[in-house]
Amino acid sequence: MFSDGEDRGKKIAVVIIVAILIITCIIAWRSVYSGDELILATTTSTYDSGLLDEIVPMFEEEHDVRVRVMATGTGQALALGERGDADVLLVHSPEKEEEFIDSGHGNARYEVMYNEYVIVGPSDDPAGIRGMDDAEAAFELLYEEGATFCSRGDDSGTHMKELDIWEGADIEKDEIEGSDRYRSLGQGMGDTLRTANEFGDAYTLADESTYISLKEDLVELDILVRDEETLFNQYSVIPVSGARNSETAEDFAQWIVSDEIQGVIDEYTVKGERIFTANAKKTI
Amino acid sequence: MTAEIIHITLLSIFVSISATLLASAMAVPLGTIMGLHKFRGKEIIRTITYTLYGFPPVVAGLIIYLMLSREGPLGSLNLLFTPTAMILAQMVLVFPIVTGLTMSSVSDVAKDVKETAMTLGADRWQTAKTVLNEARVGVISAVMVGFGRAIAEVGAVIMVGGNIRWHTRVLTTAIVLETRRGNFQYALILGGILLSVALIVFFVLKRYQDKGVRT
Repeated sequence: MFSDGEDRGKKIAVVIIVAILIITCIIAWRSVYSGDELILATTTSTYDSGLLDEIVPMFEEEHDVRVRVMATGTGQALALGERGDADVLLVHSPEKEEEFIDSGHGNARYEVMYNEYVIVGPSDDPAGIRGMDDAEAAFELLYEEGATFCSRGDDSGTHMKELDIWEGADIEKDEIEGSDRYRSLGQGMGDTLRTANEFGDAYTLADESTYISLKEDLVELDILVRDEETLFNQYSVIPVSGARNSETAEDFAQWIVSDEIQGVIDEYTVKGERIFTANAKKTI
Repeated sequence: MTAEIIHITLLSIFVSISATLLASAMAVPLGTIMGLHKFRGKEIIRTITYTLYGFPPVVAGLIIYLMLSREGPLGSLNLLFTPTAMILAQMVLVFPIVTGLTMSSVSDVAKDVKETAMTLGADRWQTAKTVLNEARVGVISAVMVGFGRAIAEVGAVIMVGGNIRWHTRVLTTAIVLETRRGNFQYALILGGILLSVALIVFFVLKRYQDKGVRT
């Protein structure tokens, strides 16, 4: 009796294992790229806002394709494009994007929407930058006052922008990065904001949409500086040349700059606030 | 949202169980052979295996990514950003653990059992089977530890899977995403689900382990 029961247990175990292996093979076979899907690499700031969860299903329905959305940083998204692992990119680092196109990885760049970066910091503002309207001057003051600064430090679009501002403020990269008040975090926007908030005396550069979506948790941080010119943040879509699915990638770019979708982007809100402004026009 | 959580949970279970089983299917026989026999360089291989217990998941992810990338040697298979790629990455992490722990537990029982079995006229295949049966507790523990490593791992699967909704998002990568989005509560719930899944799987394996002790 006992050994019968054990045999049965063994048989059940074998059947389960074989079944799982068969299912694995089927899923493996089915999940292989079949030509009717599009891989969109984008940045955490767009993805985490939830905008893509809203609009992408509309594209899938209209064009009968499956869109796989990956949220990375602009640096990694461009690297995925260069290797042909992504079909279309939605990123925000104009200089890097132009390099990408110049080196033949993308055919065109379509501007889609923008928002603004803001300089945020402790509400008591020890460096006294509140209300300034020149980001470079504000960075200069932060440096002079020896304020703590949290940097993304991850080659993202926001990190690139931050480095540009230091450069514009005539502060050497090595000098600022060598300062013990400068914290290079190597984290995404949300984590960087939360870390700055925990420090209590730290300033950082953030895109406004991420700040808005996390505002409730960021009790220590206020928006201190806005600068329409320097802190402008343009998002663009680039179909990758030689992508497996270049036709659909091009369709996606055309679709996201169409009047209808531009309208949807303008109407999209997080916690009651509009976070992106559509401004499509073809460039390059 | 419930449908999505179910999908994420099932995919997690599926990927990690597949990875554990496939890796174990190779690692248990290999560990048994290595535990049973003495050969030159055994200690070195043992040390290397133990070192690989600490193989960094992101490095495993990076290596699999570079192999499966369209520019990589296996790019033509189009496996990148699929559950299959995630299974491969987890296998790399699970394999050394199951091999090493199997080897240890087989070594522990090998001497006595091997001699007895040989005396009773068992051939090599029968001896191996007997030893493996005696070492069952240890071997099943090895598989459990391997599964624990697989299901809790995030660095490798986010890299080769891409954390794509409805496609390659598993519990750990969903926790990363929700934390980043500031949904701490949702992230904690997902963490609770992950622990429950581990509990159920360990409970099932434990029953097989107990039977091994009784016989």
